[in-house]
Amino acid sequence: MWNVAFAELRKLRRPTLFLGTMGAVIFFSALFSSLLFILIDSPQGNSDRGRMVGREVLGLATGGVQGFTSVGGFLGIIALCVFAAQTAQEYTYGTLRNLLVRQPGRLRILLGKFIAMKLFALVMIVLSAIVSISASVILAPGAKVSTDLWFGADGRHAIFTTFINVTVSVIGFGTIGMVLGLLLRSPISAISLGVLWLLIVENLLIAVKNSWENWLPGAQLQAIASGGAPSGRSAGIEYSHALLVGGIYVAIGAAIASLLFVRRDVAN
Amino acid sequence: MSNTAISVTDLSKKYGDQVAVSHATFEVPLGTICGFVGPNGSGKTTTMRMLLGLITPTGGTGEILGESIKHPAKYLPRVGAMIEGPAFYPALSGKENLNVLATLGGFSTDRVQHLLEQVGLGDRGKSKFKTYSLGMKQRLGIAAALLPNPKLLMLDEPTNGLDPEGIQEVRALLRSLANNGTSVFVSSHLLSELELISDYLVMLRKGEVVFTGKMTDLMLAQQPVIIAKSNSEGDLVKLLAIAEGAGHHATIRDGAVHVQGPADWAQVFNQAAFDAGVTLSQLTPQLPNLEETFFEMTGEK
Repeated sequence: MWNVAFAELRKLRRPTLFLGTMGAVIFFSALFSSLLFILIDSPQGNSDRGRMVGREVLGLATGGVQGFTSVGGFLGIIALCVFAAQTAQEYTYGTLRNLLVRQPGRLRILLGKFIAMKLFALVMIVLSAIVSISASVILAPGAKVSTDLWFGADGRHAIFTTFINVTVSVIGFGTIGMVLGLLLRSPISAISLGVLWLLIVENLLIAVKNSWENWLPGAQLQAIASGGAPSGRSAGIEYSHALLVGGIYVAIGAAIASLLFVRRDVAN
Repeated sequence: MSNTAISVTDLSKKYGDQVAVSHATFEVPLGTICGFVGPNGSGKTTTMRMLLGLITPTGGTGEILGESIKHPAKYLPRVGAMIEGPAFYPALSGKENLNVLATLGGFSTDRVQHLLEQVGLGDRGKSKFKTYSLGMKQRLGIAAALLPNPKLLMLDEPTNGLDPEGIQEVRALLRSLANNGTSVFVSSHLLSELELISDYLVMLRKGEVVFTGKMTDLMLAQQPVIIAKSNSEGDLVKLLAIAEGAGHHATIRDGAVHVQGPADWAQVFNQAAFDAGVTLSQLTPQLPNLEETFFEMTGEK
């Protein structure tokens, strides 16, 4: 299993993928966090979906990670795309047969790939945390936001819990990407279906009936990233509920995809 | 310890109502080169995939290097394979592609450069796979198959896309591997190549094994052939009738009549053709080559 993980890391570290993804993470983390402070007095809002986050909120112990929380869902979408592409490309390139000849334990292949992609996602999350918190620290004085509480005991606790929540959420999104990659066996289909569902279909469904927000997978994972706190459309989702429902979605999807992967003939 | 590299009994694979491989039974002795031939769609690749644990047989049993094909993890570390052409990650270099597979299989990456040189890619290892020509991709596929220093090498059409020099190099490489104790199971549509290098042969037709055994046994069992040519198309039909009238099996192929019969019947055939007013431009008694035998046994052409 570790051999598979190390082999997968060799693929994930290729410059176009690694630097491209990390570049996007840096850019959007800086953007999301900067807008919070630059647009702090804007009547159109300074956070996602036009939400207003004032000086009082940003001055709390959790203020330093507001930007990081906002970018959490976006990191999830990136993870979904990377996990889906890395899984489905084995079918489109025909490289799955090479993998299985060198490592016939199919579950080991899945677990090894999952571990490697989790590490990749972890690097993304750490980088995003550093960039968004740094941007917040740099821009806070100019926006007249106090940073006194950000790095006290409560502030450090907020950073830690946000980091865990974002990590759980991103891994959840990534697992869904991996499941889609295994089921659809095509990177383009897996990514388009995943992104389309999360960014468009779920929003339409929630617009039609607000209570569906409590049962849709993307909404649960976004709610986990924001710790169940009011953030965009996940305003009404309890953290524990999101964790349970999101966990069930991810577990069922992973079980079905693993079963198919183990049993399906590799005929391409 | 078993002295067979591959041994299968009644191996079958069905997709719905369609039979891909039907009750295939054959053995490949250790340390030999075994050619695996059959027309397109005869089940060669499906058989290889079953032997590598990629697809599950619907019936029958098999052993690779003394281990059941139900437990590929027990024998695959000693098997190198290239199935249905080389498949690698386009954005990685040839060398990095091999490093990925070496890491995956738990092999040392120290051998990678040596293998690249062995297949003639020593100076192109750092180029991305997507920039390789078909022949270079094929060479990289062979290098990947050699990664585990295999006891058994299974290659599906390894000479596809190679130039004559490359084909000769692959032939020499396979012979040298076999001489050093590696068993080679190789499919190819270039039957003349297999004829040159194979000790054993397994021949498939519509999923069924039509011949398995030593190459020499197959060739000796074949009837000699007399090939007769005439400048006129109509004369070929007359020659066919003369041969069949004399009780010989004959076919028209590639602008010539191929008659099964002993070499000394050529004289009688020549006389009969002359009496029928046919002028022969060529009359050659010869033993059939693998290609002719293949067509004869598989009913192709």
